Amino acid sequence: MTGLAFLIPIALGMGLLGLVAFLWSMRDGQYDDMDGAASRILIEDEDDEE
Amino acid sequence: MNAVAPIIAAADERTLTATRFTVPGMRCAGCIAKIERELPKVDGIIAARANFSAKRVAIQHDPAIGEDRLTEALCNLGFEAQPVADNPLGQETGERQQLMRALGVAGFGMMNVMLLSVSIWSGAEGPTRDLFHWLSALIALPVIAYSGRPFFASAWMALSHRRTNMDVPISIGVILATALSLYETITGGGHAYFESAVMLLFFLLAGRALDAEMRTRTRAGIGALLGRMGKAASVIGADGTTRRVPAGNLEPGMLVLVAAGEALAADGAVEDGTSAIDNAMLTGESAPEPVGPGSAVHAGAINLSAPIRVRLTHVADDTAIAEIARLMDEAGQSRSHYVRIADRASRLYAPVVHSLAALAFIGWMIAGAGWHQSLVIAIAVLIITCPCAMGLAVPAAQVVASGALLRRGLLVKDGSALERLAECDVALFDKTGTLTLGEPCADVAALDPQARSVALGLAQASRHPLSRGLAAACLRAGVEPAAVEDIREVSGAGLIGRWQGMNVALERPEGEQQALATRLRIGDTAQTITFADPLRSDAAATLAALRGQGIAASILSGDRAAPVAAMARELGLAAEAEASPQAKLAALEALKADGRRPLMVGDGLNDGPALAAAHASIAPGTASDASQQAADAVFIGEKLMPVALAVQVARRTMKIVRENFAFSIAYNVFAVPLALFGLVTPLIAAIAMSVSSLVVVANSLRLARSTRP
Repeated sequence: MTGLAFLIPIALGMGLLGLVAFLWSMRDGQYDDMDGAASRILIEDEDDEE
Repeated sequence: MNAVAPIIAAADERTLTATRFTVPGMRCAGCIAKIERELPKVDGIIAARANFSAKRVAIQHDPAIGEDRLTEALCNLGFEAQPVADNPLGQETGERQQLMRALGVAGFGMMNVMLLSVSIWSGAEGPTRDLFHWLSALIALPVIAYSGRPFFASAWMALSHRRTNMDVPISIGVILATALSLYETITGGGHAYFESAVMLLFFLLAGRALDAEMRTRTRAGIGALLGRMGKAASVIGADGTTRRVPAGNLEPGMLVLVAAGEALAADGAVEDGTSAIDNAMLTGESAPEPVGPGSAVHAGAINLSAPIRVRLTHVADDTAIAEIARLMDEAGQSRSHYVRIADRASRLYAPVVHSLAALAFIGWMIAGAGWHQSLVIAIAVLIITCPCAMGLAVPAAQVVASGALLRRGLLVKDGSALERLAECDVALFDKTGTLTLGEPCADVAALDPQARSVALGLAQASRHPLSRGLAAACLRAGVEPAAVEDIREVSGAGLIGRWQGMNVALERPEGEQQALATRLRIGDTAQTITFADPLRSDAAATLAALRGQGIAASILSGDRAAPVAAMARELGLAAEAEASPQAKLAALEALKADGRRPLMVGDGLNDGPALAAAHASIAPGTASDASQQAADAVFIGEKLMPVALAVQVARRTMKIVRENFAFSIAYNVFAVPLALFGLVTPLIAAIAMSVSSLVVVANSLRLARSTRP
């Protein structure tokens, strides 16, 4: 029973963390251009780029 | 992940403006890199950011630079671009994002409540069970309040209009299940259905999110094709200076300068200059029309060869285009009365389910079970019959089908379009631009390689449809352009240049000719190149495929009778020629009055009202903006086959949807007696709900293979 006092908050916290990460990534526009993200990996970085 | 993230100095940000362009030509990673790297090298452009999915580019720039300069900069990189108005899709994106957020929250709630419920099912007793019930309630209540809003709002809307839809039984089921579970939790009872309520919301939201995703994805694709109509005009002031005026602020009597390649923003009469205009948007006719002083020109026409001055006569809502738009609006009204299949099903379903639940309550009361137990059983009936599988049955099938069609070059606007496409039983085709490619295609077989190369060198320099057709034909034949110098476009006459010390020209052939033609002159020798507007290569096969599905086709065209009759003979179809937009609309209305369900396929603005009035409609990607907006689906590319494919896939989709419905009903036949006899525990409800949803989704996924040849 005492174990639950730790484990349940941990489980909830991890779930909340995932939810917050999802909401943040959506607000950040990470799902706005899914096809573009797939293509951008193929762009070669130029030397003069930061 | 994102290789090129433009970095903007914070200090500059206040003085910058952002303009968004649609760039349909963006096709690969190379294009993204080129745009994002090369544009900032232009003076005044700070940064560019491409959105590949929406085919858009957002440019951060100095406000001193106008839209034309930016368009030109993109054009220099090899991309045709159109500025877009501020966020026209904003509202829909907002709705989709709200659904996605609700889905995320419901997913979080479902996982955590399920975690607690599994412990209860595996035998947690006494205070542990009570604690877990309380924790579940604590998680589930806010989650249901937040994620359930789309359903509650829609159900409330329907009820306040004294109608019922899919969301009414859903909302009643969820709210009652939550209320009962809360009561059980407070009184320390054994059965709380929090996980069922949250899971139900999660599955249904998944269906809604899929539906919204399908709409935004295809609309972004169509939006990228739109935007060719003139949005502004260069007005010539009394002092001879010009200024850009948005189309909405133009007034009759203004004198405007229309540059070569520009689209007209209002109706008017040519005051000065001769040119040729491309009126395809209004008439669907592909041949350019010569204009001189006194000629009437209409909004949407594109000035092809030389600048002209136009005195405006009709602006904004008085233009010929606006008149057609009004016709389309009225014709489209009938379509809004169409009832989606899911709502039709729920009109039958909801009363049955609700009376079953009521009967269960009354039955157990009569049997002497007491208030509490009777209520628990009635609510169990509601939960188990909640149309979870039904809510998924339609969107899951439609999303899979539209994704499969998208890969074959057909953008279906929404689920209701697929439902209506499946019901069509007769098809009407426009001629130019629909059965044919709509662009003149040059016959270069007779030319020797040298002549071809000169022809390409000349034709590349012009935007005239014949030049473009010639250039395209030469490029297809693998011709390298010759280095023609001093190319000039002489309005009404043709293109003149110099090549290896000789005068070369593409000019208008002498005499009135039946077919479209141009004459290529190199030094003293001259050759005539003829153009044809060929049938799409698979037009006959498409019509045969439609016939195989029991759909008879005919031609309904605004073109002259002779070419229409010739094409009708070639394809073996009935035809009606020289039909005005009103006549086309009347033909559609007559068919509908006969109880037929016509499918209209057309591209010109003159087809617009017919497209809007038809039971379902499809337009090619080269169609006018208004037609693409009126149509239910847009097909891209040179093939006509997507039209037949659309009907075939739509019918298969409806078959799968009906299978899904049949499954849902069969599942209820087994589950409802269990609920009626009070045997449904939260565990059984949860298992039944997820199994039925998964079966429906799996069945729908079979559609992904439906477009394979």
